[in-house]
Amino acid sequence: MESIASFFLEHQNFIFLLVLAVFLGVEVIANVPAVLHTPLMSGANAIHGVVIIGSIIVMGHAEPGDYLSLGLGFLAVVLGTLNVVGGFVVTNRMLEMFRKKSR
Amino acid sequence: MQSIQHFIDIWPGNFALQLVYLLSSITFIIGLKRLSSPDSARKGNLLAAAGMGLAILGTIFLHRTPISADGSEGFRPIGNLVWIFGAIGLGTVVGWMMAMRVKMTAMPQMVSFFNGMGGACAALIGLIEYRGLAAHGGVADAGFLLIIYLGVWIGSVSFAGSMIAYGKLEERIKDFGGRSLQMVNLLFLAALIGAMVFGIARPEAVPALPWIVAAGSLLYGVLFVLPIGGADMPVVISLLNSFTGIAAALGGFLYNNQVMLTGGILVGSAGTILTILMCKAMNRSLLNVLIGSFGSKGGAAGATGEQVVKEISATDAAILCAYAQRVSIVPGYGLAVAQAQHTCHEFEKQLSEKGVEVTYAIHPVAGRMPGHMNVLLAEADVAYPKMLEMDDANPQMPNTDVVIVIGANDVVNPAAENDPSSPIYGMPIIHVDKSRNVIVMKRSMGKGYAGIENQLFFGKNTRMLFGDAKSSLEKLVSEVKAL
Repeated sequence: MESIASFFLEHQNFIFLLVLAVFLGVEVIANVPAVLHTPLMSGANAIHGVVIIGSIIVMGHAEPGDYLSLGLGFLAVVLGTLNVVGGFVVTNRMLEMFRKKSR
Repeated sequence: MQSIQHFIDIWPGNFALQLVYLLSSITFIIGLKRLSSPDSARKGNLLAAAGMGLAILGTIFLHRTPISADGSEGFRPIGNLVWIFGAIGLGTVVGWMMAMRVKMTAMPQMVSFFNGMGGACAALIGLIEYRGLAAHGGVADAGFLLIIYLGVWIGSVSFAGSMIAYGKLEERIKDFGGRSLQMVNLLFLAALIGAMVFGIARPEAVPALPWIVAAGSLLYGVLFVLPIGGADMPVVISLLNSFTGIAAALGGFLYNNQVMLTGGILVGSAGTILTILMCKAMNRSLLNVLIGSFGSKGGAAGATGEQVVKEISATDAAILCAYAQRVSIVPGYGLAVAQAQHTCHEFEKQLSEKGVEVTYAIHPVAGRMPGHMNVLLAEADVAYPKMLEMDDANPQMPNTDVVIVIGANDVVNPAAENDPSSPIYGMPIIHVDKSRNVIVMKRSMGKGYAGIENQLFFGKNTRMLFGDAKSSLEKLVSEVKAL
């Protein structure tokens, strides 16, 4: 119990941010038309590619001789990049079509 | 962790980095907002992508890590830059090529694949952090361990589940198991949670426990998605998408990194809402999607002995359409499978030239993902105003002379309205049975994804045009031209 309380106090700003972001996420997409469900899901998919930041940090402070950590970190950065690049490019391809024919 | 935070706080470059993170968080929020409106969606996506690039570059050049746990030996910049840039380069080339090459019909599984990559990335981060902690003989803070375990667990489930969803949509993996497997899964899940609680309470007992949890979570992810019907994969992908968002946000906790937290949680909550919206469109609860399976009870429903369907030839169908006043096209997954969107647009143009008013009636869950049909038809240059959503299309049905159902089944099944025993009872449908004539293009008399009979096919005003959607449409185009 004590550790939970200290964890909460130590991260209280983050926990507030987290709760607010949950509501924000709901509000931001509440009125999306069904037409855009797939591109929106794809776009959101690209945004959670922000996890790549964590993989860069973990890779950046791995000991140069620690090949297991380096190898896993390398893999993590590659996968994170796939998520980001693939996600945004696929979304853009879907949305390009909407633009073309609305002219 | 407090001391680490302290020393990062006093580093001057940190101010610039935090500004970069703030800016990126704003681009994510505005990007998502713009993605929910057709006119601004593309700019929103590019904006979020720019923010992401900024956050990545900022991290590489401005992030600092203390050398010792208390920060007394100063801090060092991101090292191993060659490895990092190599990995980003590799990921960019592969990701770009995959995303550019994938066919429009295969978009849903592509999204699932990239989602799985993010999940695996999050799980790996947790595992490496745990290894670093063990190597330095660091004190295992319960909160820190909790975050690592949650990240490993959610990330692994998201990765394995997404890969199964990918395989199912590629039709390489069949549905397997049913309700009983889901019950076993619940026990399995409880065991995984028990293992994590044990690992947090007694960190020294089993040093390899996070790896065991990772392996168990991978297996759980597989077993979790295997029994869920292929038709429900969009809902599963959307759910796993929000899982990965949560896993990314946990990484934010791990590194006191705001942009990971905001980006991750935004997707976590927006993804959850999107999942619920998709379930609503099928008038089902999320629990029903995850635990109840369509096929198991669908066999009995609607099986009312031998009935006869009426066939129509392509020539007759073409004449019927060409001399109609109003024609409505209801596309479904069959259109996507046959890659018939361009031929379909060609047919629509031919009819329009003959003075027929042609529209598309699009069910929110037609295809394998909501909006799937819109994306597909947009690819073929079908005009945006011609695509009507279900609620706009339904009131026009009684005034429509011919409805052409192309490879759709469950979304036009009247059983959803008038047969309480049907598994899809209560799902809103497109009322094609209210129109004067219905032409159903279908490969065979096979059932739809829900595995149930469709009374529409036996209706008085329904006629079947059997064959691959593309070749049927090609025949119709040439017949209409010949008229």
